[in-house]
Amino acid sequence: MTQAIRIKITDVSKIYQSETKTVEAVKNFSESVKDGEFVCVVGASGCGKTTLLWCLSGLHPVTLGTVHIDGELLTKPLPDRVGMVFQDSNLLPWLTLMQNIELPFQIKKKPVNHELVEELLEVAGLKGFENSYPGELSGGMKQRGSIVRALAQDPEVLLMDEPFGALDAFTREEMNLFLLKVWEQTKKTIVFVTHSISEAIFLADRVWVMSPRPGRLSRIVDVNFERPRHIDLQFEPRFIEILKSIRKDVEGSKARQGN
Amino acid sequence: MATDNLAEKIPDFNSSAAPKGGNGPVDVTALASIRRAKGFKEIISVLALAVVVVTLLEFILIWSNTEAYVFPKPTAIIQSLFTDFSTLYREPLIQTVQTFFLGLLIGSTIGLSLAVLVTLKPKLDIFISPYIIILVTTPMVALIPFLMLKFGFGITPRVIAISLATGPMVMINSATGFRRTNAELIALGKSYGATEFQLFRKIRFPFALPMIIVGFMVGSIFGLLTAVGAEMVGGGMGLGNRLIYFSSLVQMAQFGAVLVIVATLGVGIYSFFTFVNRKWASWDV
Repeated sequence: MTQAIRIKITDVSKIYQSETKTVEAVKNFSESVKDGEFVCVVGASGCGKTTLLWCLSGLHPVTLGTVHIDGELLTKPLPDRVGMVFQDSNLLPWLTLMQNIELPFQIKKKPVNHELVEELLEVAGLKGFENSYPGELSGGMKQRGSIVRALAQDPEVLLMDEPFGALDAFTREEMNLFLLKVWEQTKKTIVFVTHSISEAIFLADRVWVMSPRPGRLSRIVDVNFERPRHIDLQFEPRFIEILKSIRKDVEGSKARQGN
Repeated sequence: MATDNLAEKIPDFNSSAAPKGGNGPVDVTALASIRRAKGFKEIISVLALAVVVVTLLEFILIWSNTEAYVFPKPTAIIQSLFTDFSTLYREPLIQTVQTFFLGLLIGSTIGLSLAVLVTLKPKLDIFISPYIIILVTTPMVALIPFLMLKFGFGITPRVIAISLATGPMVMINSATGFRRTNAELIALGKSYGATEFQLFRKIRFPFALPMIIVGFMVGSIFGLLTAVGAEMVGGGMGLGNRLIYFSSLVQMAQFGAVLVIVATLGVGIYSFFTFVNRKWASWDV
């Protein structure tokens, strides 16, 4: 397969500087993401995975190195090409679900793509909730709403920062299946940060394992399970084997850090 | 009560929303959260209690043979309110309300502008804040004698004092509201390519609106206090002046009537902003 490279990360380092200390959050990170690929980033908390994602979004400038999206050097957010989903749904509580989904169109001063929005709402099971306020929706519905908001912009790349981290286990499984369904239909390129290793294996084509302080890419795991994936996959030996091996890496890097 | 129990069981999806409280140096936001009577029945019972209290007061005053100059009877006050309104109270009321609104308009405009300024240029905050704190903590009525030396006996010194009383309240609360804006919401806006102005209009301002409304409410109440207080100090105008006038003549029924009018104004301001809050910022409650 010769798939085009969507995201190219070259020797990226990110250093945060405050008045009292300097933190090297990401160091010498080089990798690329192919078109239509689903990549999950895992690692112990504080290993720089979120920082990496924010660097890819253009919201935080990299300190050293470069990020290219479709061959273009990233210097600021690319609202038409890159969508971002956060841990919190970040739906504005004073707007209805529909108004929230329409907000990015208003910011970009573009007409609302009603056809796409309707289709996404259908897939997300949010039909009939267009006029509900976020406060009236459950955690899972809110997060689906925020994914619909991002996808309605039809971005080529979707960056997701622990989007299901705040949800309970059952809702989380549901959301994983929803995301896979959407991804298989739209073939977006997704970079998904999570601290759940099993979630990462279940979703991804490739898992990037990061080790902390400074955050580096310590291992890349190819996950070749057939698609569409079934929720019971996570109980199969071949799944658990990968889970154990990644887990050992993450724990090991944590132990080393503790010294 | 049965309905209360039911309300508790409805899941609250909002519990992880923005943290409440910690609203800067002056936390008077509790004013906005006093429980209101709901439904016809409750309103009737609240009114009925008020009638009972006033009637009881009336009878106690009759039975104890209290003279009108010690404590006026509620009936005398009510009678004076109806019969003397156009002759004794209307003009001072209009004067007070005019001064109050002018002061509120000037004060809140300056206060809101300063809040926007320190939000966009956070470094300025450390220079401006100390003065705002001084203004908030000093009773502005104290400035009236000085201001009258400078600006005479007209409306000017009182408008200045009211502006100085309302502005800082509006500023502190609005600035806190702007500052409270969730960093991720800003990041979200930026990821869609929003300009600073769009961020302000679409995210920061609506997010801060509940706090701004509370700022206006508290500011207005401080403004009314200052307006009436300033009139009591001097100038010969308004309801505050009438309070001094009637008490010096020991016309306690008229004095009580003015007091009722002032209290009604205060409650009116409170109710107005509570209504506005419910209308435009109900998501935060």
